[in-house]
Amino acid sequence: MGKIGLIIQREYLTRVKKKSFLLMTILGPLLLAGVVALVAYLGFQDDKEYDILVVDDSGGAFSSLEGGDNYTFHFIDGLGIEEAKDSFKDSEYSVILHLPDGILAQKRPILYFKEQPSMSVEKSIEARIENLVEREKLKLYDISYADYKRIKTEFSLTMIKFTESGEEETVTREKALVGFFFGLAVYLFIFLYGVQVMRGVIEEKNNRIVEVIISSVKPFQLMMGKIVGIALVGLTQFVLWIVLSFTFITVTQQVLFQDKMESIAQQQVQKSTEISKQTAPKQMQADVDFSDLTNPNHIVNRINWPLMLSLFLFYFIGGYLLYSALFAAIGSAVDNDTDTQQFMLPVTAPLIVAYFIAFTLMENPESDAAFWASLIPFTSPIIMIERVAIGLSPNEYWELGLSMVLLVLGFIFTTWLAGKIYRTGVLMYGKKVNYKELWKWIRYHD
Amino acid sequence: MDTLLDVKSVSKWYVNYKALNNVSLQVPKGSIFGLLGPNGAGKTTLIRIINQITAPDEGEILFNGESLKQKHIAQIGYLPEERGLYSKMEVGEQALYLAQLKGMPKVEAMEKLKKWFIKFGIEEWWNKKIEELSKGMAQKIQFVVTVVHEPELLILDEPFSGFDPINTNLIKDEIMKMRDNGTTVIFSTHNMGSVEEICDRIALINKSEKILEGPVADIKEEHKPHIFKLTFKGNMIKFTNALWTGFELVDHKEIGENTFEANVKIKENSTPNDLLSALIPNVEILSMNEIMPTMNEIFIQQVTEKNEDVELENEEA
Repeated sequence: MGKIGLIIQREYLTRVKKKSFLLMTILGPLLLAGVVALVAYLGFQDDKEYDILVVDDSGGAFSSLEGGDNYTFHFIDGLGIEEAKDSFKDSEYSVILHLPDGILAQKRPILYFKEQPSMSVEKSIEARIENLVEREKLKLYDISYADYKRIKTEFSLTMIKFTESGEEETVTREKALVGFFFGLAVYLFIFLYGVQVMRGVIEEKNNRIVEVIISSVKPFQLMMGKIVGIALVGLTQFVLWIVLSFTFITVTQQVLFQDKMESIAQQQVQKSTEISKQTAPKQMQADVDFSDLTNPNHIVNRINWPLMLSLFLFYFIGGYLLYSALFAAIGSAVDNDTDTQQFMLPVTAPLIVAYFIAFTLMENPESDAAFWASLIPFTSPIIMIERVAIGLSPNEYWELGLSMVLLVLGFIFTTWLAGKIYRTGVLMYGKKVNYKELWKWIRYHD
Repeated sequence: MDTLLDVKSVSKWYVNYKALNNVSLQVPKGSIFGLLGPNGAGKTTLIRIINQITAPDEGEILFNGESLKQKHIAQIGYLPEERGLYSKMEVGEQALYLAQLKGMPKVEAMEKLKKWFIKFGIEEWWNKKIEELSKGMAQKIQFVVTVVHEPELLILDEPFSGFDPINTNLIKDEIMKMRDNGTTVIFSTHNMGSVEEICDRIALINKSEKILEGPVADIKEEHKPHIFKLTFKGNMIKFTNALWTGFELVDHKEIGENTFEANVKIKENSTPNDLLSALIPNVEILSMNEIMPTMNEIFIQQVTEKNEDVELENEEA
């Protein structure tokens, strides 16, 4: 095994053998599975009963209002709102629905609550009131409800992207969400493992072993060995997380919610159709429904997974190499963790900017910011992966190619630059280093 | 005398600063070579160039007559001034790693390490972490990993700083033994005490330049002040009168009744015999010894002289 192989091996094994690695590897997916289980559990918990006191100022127009699945309306004749509010605190009612006079003239109903009802309850009540108001209005205009039903129209736009190769129906938002998660994963990995590289360099400096080692290998070999070794730790952890997460989530679902899942699933479908009518056009559909994977149009089936995963690997490794070299340079220039602050900002700023662009990209995938950020190597690992998930048209393939080439050039440049800072920095002790000093190191010849 | 390491006119600049200026020196095979100089003189820079941690801007270095190359790293053992070990790594694993980095096959490294560990009585620490050991224990391990690959050239930068006296002696003995077995040792220090004891040859570096080089005995000979210490019985005035122009009384003191101790400098063209001939008729000589300078005195004298020269030059300029 070559010397760089020895270094990679040491960097890898010492980290993988650590208890904290094992802990993180198991806790990470458990945490994720826990969150998923918690969300699911809380979702199922929505069977709380609400007793709603209705104060109807209209004089009986809403007396036909019916309760829903988990809420009941209670009417008390002649009750004023002030009176109701006064006794609300000690009453058994958890919610007061105040229907003021003049709702037909756009006056808004008010909901007082001790405990906030869930979104679905709120939407359901709104829908019921709207329905009654509509019926009242229909009477005013002398239109039968049956006629109204026939007239009323609802549709959402089918989005078709027109490209050179043809037309393609898009599910941009869902794909953007998938892309965002890929970008987020790249971002997190660069951060987590880049900082590990920096810590490792500082550790070697603090232990004063670095000069012992670079009398056997070139400083650049030591730096690259560390970077590659930690990258392998990252990949190992990533693969283990995916495998374990999948196992945990499957097991949790099977064990905890097997029977509940089926009945709830049906309810959810009914509920969501009711709710989505109110909300869908305005809000992004964040919840990807995994229940219908056989449908070829389903989001999971419309992502090109082999492409996405291989590009994810490319951009993760490329982005990591680019940034970890800079992190290594920072580690070499300082004596301890606390001195890293002044150098961290310029390195982390582009990462954070990329994260924000990734966020806005979900809403506006074809902005100029997205274009440039997907080419610039400091942001492209996070942004390009998201654009690819959304889908590139053939006339945009050059952008992907250029982005990949630039990323390779980018990390060659940063490792070269970092190598220059590193080989001087690791031998420098007790000196407060500033940017001017770093510039001097870069200009040192070998 | 074969030369193991031949440093030929080596210069090294940092951006606005010259760390080494045209330094040449020869390290004979099988010798202990002292590389002396005040802090910041350029010793560590020269050592790093020899270790190929950094490269010279001018000049070259020959190792066994060959231009210094990557492959020579396996033949050099280096104990840097700033030294240490991975505190969270196990001793044995770490020693094995460092030996392999020097190019030793794993099996051979294991064998040699075990031998050293037994020799130093530290074999039971193999599975301990460095942070669990005392500083003195860690120093022993540090020395073992420096020499385990049996280097032809051993470079020790301030080897005794931070070492306790027991370890210092242990390591001094090992260095001597290794020299006797043919290893060449470069020993860099600003602490002169140890130099006379163990160095065969020295070079003195000051302000990036070599100002002195040669065998320790020759250098002492060259820099002796030609002062003799005499003890005699008799009259001090008679003694003084007996000294003619070729001699100079530096100082004297009475050490007993009519017994004196005097330091006399012999000027050029005079010999100790001349001095004796002049004195014997006048006083009774009890002893006469030449005062030899310590390396420390030579070091300080040379360094201050050169610094004054530089200051003068600067003033003239």
